[in-house]
Formats: sequence, structure tokens, C-alpha cells
Amino acid sequence: MTAPVRHDHDVQPAPKDRLLLVKDPLAPVSTDDLLALHRKMMLLRRVEELAAKAYTQRKIRGFCHLYIGQESVAVGAAAATADDYWITSYRDHGHAMAKGTSPRAVMAELFGRSTGASGGQGGSMHIFDKSVRFMGGYGIVGGHVPLANGVAWAARARGEDRVCVCFFGDGAANQGAFFEALCLAALYKLPVVFICENNWYAMGTPLHRQSAITDMSLRARGVGMTREQLDGWDVEHVRQRVAAARQHALSGAGPVLLEIVTYRYRGHSMSDPAKYRPKGELAQQQKGRDPIQLTARRLQADHGITEQSLAQTKADVDAVAQDAWDFALHSPEPDPATLYDHVYAPQQTSLAADTDLGQTPSKNQDA
Amino acid sequence: MATLQIRQALGRALREEMIRDPGVFLMGEEVAHYNGAYKVSQGLLDEFGDDRVVDTPISEGGFSGLGIGAAMAGMRPVIEFMTWNFSLVAYDQLINGAAKIYQMSAGQYHVPIVFRGPNGIAENLGSQHNTAVDSIYAHFPGLKVVTYCDAHDACGLLKSAIRDDNPVIFLENEMTYGLKGELPDHEYLVPLGSAKVRRTGTDLTVISWGKQVFNAESAANQLEQDGISAEVIDLRSLRPLDHETIFKSVVKTGRCVILHEGYVFAGVGAEIAARVQEACFDWLQAPILRVTNRDVNQPYATGLEQLVVPSADRVVEAARRVLGLAVPADNRLDP
Ligand SMILES: Cc1ncc(C[n+]2csc(CCOP(=O)(O)OP(=O)(O)O)c2C)c(N)n1
Ligand SMILES: [Mg+2]
Repeated sequence: MTAPVRHDHDVQPAPKDRLLLVKDPLAPVSTDDLLALHRKMMLLRRVEELAAKAYTQRKIRGFCHLYIGQESVAVGAAAATADDYWITSYRDHGHAMAKGTSPRAVMAELFGRSTGASGGQGGSMHIFDKSVRFMGGYGIVGGHVPLANGVAWAARARGEDRVCVCFFGDGAANQGAFFEALCLAALYKLPVVFICENNWYAMGTPLHRQSAITDMSLRARGVGMTREQLDGWDVEHVRQRVAAARQHALSGAGPVLLEIVTYRYRGHSMSDPAKYRPKGELAQQQKGRDPIQLTARRLQADHGITEQSLAQTKADVDAVAQDAWDFALHSPEPDPATLYDHVYAPQQTSLAADTDLGQTPSKNQDA
Repeated sequence: MATLQIRQALGRALREEMIRDPGVFLMGEEVAHYNGAYKVSQGLLDEFGDDRVVDTPISEGGFSGLGIGAAMAGMRPVIEFMTWNFSLVAYDQLINGAAKIYQMSAGQYHVPIVFRGPNGIAENLGSQHNTAVDSIYAHFPGLKVVTYCDAHDACGLLKSAIRDDNPVIFLENEMTYGLKGELPDHEYLVPLGSAKVRRTGTDLTVISWGKQVFNAESAANQLEQDGISAEVIDLRSLRPLDHETIFKSVVKTGRCVILHEGYVFAGVGAEIAARVQEACFDWLQAPILRVTNRDVNQPYATGLEQLVVPSADRVVEAARRVLGLAVPADNRLDP
């Protein structure tokens, strides 16, 4: 071997901090765009409120993790990555709808109906929708993060101009799979945008009791990945920063870890009354920083939208969510005859010997 | 005909499938520049480049997950574990990911991926490098589990595994990579789910797979000296299981010994025995016996190690027991 001796194998100064330097790349949203974002956030919230109601009526069973409070993250990210691949954790109802899955398909999945996004096979935690490149919700905390690298690998190998956006929680950022995924993504410079949704809690454990550092974006530093920590309450800001991360990742400069600070209004899941929160914390968040109220105020102050028109939007959204409920309720349960339909994929790829190996042309199949 | 070592037969399968399908790529520790810890991927980096023969850091969970994501997104990855012992740190990816995604997504995403590498008993490697993972992967619906004993099947099965549209656990063996065999010059595939009768017999059936097939054959030779005719079946696939070949043989012989690496408790042999008694109860002349690792972790010292691993002698003894013939008085080693 005649490779030159490398000096970067020797003792190094502390790794440099790679902050995301791309400025906001998108033109500011138009009034119509902002209205659409606002409407989408309201829809996510309303569907979740109905999901909570359905859960208490035992129409939804099992685990059910609501996204209320965090809507600006998924909706802002979707506005920047509409055509890209997404993968996320079990808190996935909002992500699926933000990405384009219909509220009907989401609600029907929660109800365990055959018309659900995953045909009633997945449930609340496992919503999949290939038609909008939504590659699933996953129930093992951090376990799905390595998959994002492979999705990005395939997209890059095919020459697609797409990133994989991977969402996970602050708790997941303590998991081994997360760390391995970060290392590999940075090493291979994969077009992945990792989004850590820091909603202050992993189940009942607040951030400062799970991690010695509470700026989780710093996890990127030791692996040589570009990072940014940002506030998530403002959907426009999320849209711009995710777009910036996307641009960075697609340029070949490597993946980005965004830590988007947000807040979970409800308990971890429907069975958690969230009694561990300091008194007044939730009210403070809702009052000052609620993402939906924030856009509502902005629409009125800067875009001339009337309160009346916002009320109309609310009524429209309520109707769409109610329609999803009705649809789910009247959809059939999965047919028992389909139980084994999706254990193994039917073989589509040819198993016949057919390659010309430049040797003898005969074709054989040993039995 | 070409005479190839098993490692070369596996390499040939990889090469042919990489030529055939640009979506196939090989990823793992030391697979590229080092040409594979056991030289299975010898020459592939030079031929296909580092986009398709990819060295990874020591990060089994990380690169297994990467493979699964790539498979979902339309590629056909082959993930090499330096040995299957190390797959245990990636177990979550294989079980909660690869095995379940097709069903969780109601068939929207399938996962055509092969995980491969040496499995089971090697020599003097102590406790942590000797695990037979057969049963812990065969347990789960959604996975296929495949293994071979000779070079011919190694190549033909790996090609089928790569083309399979589901995740396949492909179990190789460190001790036999150098074993030579004859391969036809033309392309051929060996289908998954088909056992092979390696030797026909009438008095009992010995079922095995992987390199233990050679112990089964050697036991059959010894038994022949005593006028006992043993049929030897190489399962080749543990999932799907070739029930037909197994049941046909046991119905014929009425007696069955199962030989495999790993442990007797909840091992694959237990499953086969259960299925045989369900299907062939009326034909069975004796209880089914199993020969496996003794129920203890693998010690390092050669003498102790030899006591733990299955042997042809133990198969002969089991065969004589199911035939009701005299065996050495008592075996203190079986607790
Ligand atoms: C590997 C694993 N360990 C534990 C759990 C149980 N669990 C489910 S969610 C959760 C908290 C995760 O918190 P975070 O990553 O912050 O996501 P959030 O729920 O806040 O969205 C825990 C401990 C699990 N599902 N998977
Ligand atoms: Mg959290």
C-alpha cells in the first residue's frame, strides 16, 4: 500500500461545531399558504381531540399517543419536504396527516378498521402510507432511526432529489440505535434530516433527568454532523429551518440534526394523566406559545384575516374531523380471512436461472 | 464443472446477483477493502466499486437498520455479520424491523434483504463466539431462515435468498468456508424451503442442517457397519420448513433423530419433533431423540469443548436408542 500517512489519525483538537449555516431558503409564505398551514394544524389537533374521545369510549384500544401541542413541527416540516420520505415514531397520527394521509385513513386505523392506512394491521403506533412516502410509525424508541439512513441511501443511489426526514423524541436521543444512525449518516454523508422533537418529556421523565445536556442537538457534534437547535412554536420558522436542513443534506454536505423544541400538552399516552408536571407549566405554554394561536394572531395582525373567517376555518376543520370519525365508525373490521395475507410478501422477483454468465447458456433449477 | 471452496461459491452467488440486479449491494464490517473477514467477498470491491461493496463501522444495529430502510425503498441489500454472534446487538432491527414491517404496513412495504454470516460452533472461541442463532430467528413469522452444508447449495441458496422478496437469515459456518465442492458452470438456483435427502435409508431418519449434516452422514456410515440403514435429510431451510420431505421419510422409517447445533431447550429440533409427532404419530415406533449442544455455555479448553458439541458418536448412540439396541450404560454428561 502506498497511501500517504494520514495526520488526522493522530491526536486532534476538539471537534469543531458544525452549525447549520444555510439561511432561510424559501420565500416567506403567502397569506393563502399561512392559512393552509394554520388549517392543517387545526385539523391535526381536532382529529387528536376526537381520538381522545374515541379512546375514552373504547373505540380506540391499546396505546394512543397524541400530538396535541406539537402540530407546528410536523406541519412546518411538511411544508418544506412535501415530496420527500418521512419516517417517525409511534406518536405518528399528526405526522401522517401532515404528510398527506387522509384523516379518514388515520382515524380508521386507530379504530382498527380495514380502511385504515395500515388496513387495521398497524394501529395507532404503526401508520404507513406509501402513496405519500410515509414510511411508518415505529414503536421501539429509537429503533427506526437507522432505517432513515437506508431510505436516504436508496434515494441517493437512484439519483433522486429527495431526503429522508426522520422524527423521534428527546428520549430517543439516548438510545444506542440513534447514536449508531448518527455515526453512519455522517460517515456516508447521507441526505437525512434528523428531527428530534424535544417535547420536554420522555413519558414521565423530564429532559434534565434523562440527559446530562439538555441541548440535544449537541449529540451531532461528536459525530461530525451539522446541527441546529430551534424553537418549534412558529410553523413558519420550522418550515424555513427544515428547508435549510434539506438543502444542506441534498447538497452532498451531509445530514443535519435539528432539535426542535416543542411541548406535549397531554400525557405521554391516553393512560397518563401527566401529574408529574409542575403546576402551571402547561398553562404557561398554552398561553404564550401555542402554535395554533400564534398563527391565528399573525393571520389577523399581518394578513388581514378576520376572526370570523378563522371561526369558519375551525368549523370546516371540525367537520372534516367528524367525517373521519364517521368514516372510521362505519368502516368494516378486517376480514378474518385476511389474517395471514401479509406475513410474507408474494414472490415478484424471478427465481429462474437467467443470467448470461458468459459461460454455458443452459438454464437449470436444482430441486 | 468448477471446484470451488464454499467461500468462493458464496462469492460467486454474490457476484452473479450483483451483475444481474443493480439494486443488490453488500454491506458489513471489512467486506470491501479487507475482502471480507472470511474472504467471501474477495474481489467484489474491485469489480463493483465502493458504492456497492461497502465497509461499515462496527455498528451492527446501525447498518442492519440501514439495510432494512434501503430494502423498503426499493434496493436489495446483503448485510454481512462478521459472525451471527454479533447480530444480537442488532436483534431489534431484525425482529421488530425486518420481520414485521411488511405486515405492520399491510403489505405496502416489503423488505427484500439478506442477512448473512457464519453461525454456530467454531473451535476454541469460548462462550461469546459460538452461538447458534437458528432457533432465535426461526421463531418469528416474517423471516426466512436458510442454511447449507456444501458449496453447491451455498451458491444456489444464496442466490435464491437474494432474489427472495422477504428478509432472509442466511446461516454460514466458519469451519467449512474452505471446504471444496463441485458447481456446475451454468447458473443454477436452489429454492428455499426444500430439504434434500442426502442418503436414503430404511431403519431411521436423521434430520440435520448446516455442517452437522456431516456428523449425520458419518454416523450413518458407522451405523451401516452394524447393518443399520439411516436416511439423512439436510433441511437447508428452517423457515419455510419442508414438511413433506420430513414426514415422508419418518412415515417410511418410523424412527427419527434430530441433530443440530445450539441447545435442546426450545431449539429448532423441539419444533420439528413436535410437528413430526403431530403428523406421524401412528407411524412412530419410538420417541424422537435430539442430539444438540449440551446445556451449558461453550467452554474454551479443547477437551471440554468436545464434550459440549454434538458428535457422530452421540448420533450413533441416539440412533441405537430409538432402535431399542444396546447403548453404553449411562451417560453422566446429560443432566
Ligand atoms: C426501546 C423502548 N423502551 C421503552 C419504551 C417505552 N416507551 C414508549 S415511549 C417512551 C418515551 C419516549 O420519549 P421520547 O423519545 O421523548 O418521545 P415522546 O413520547 O416524547 O414523543 C418510552 C419509555 C419503548 N417503546 N421502546
Ligand atoms: Mg419526548
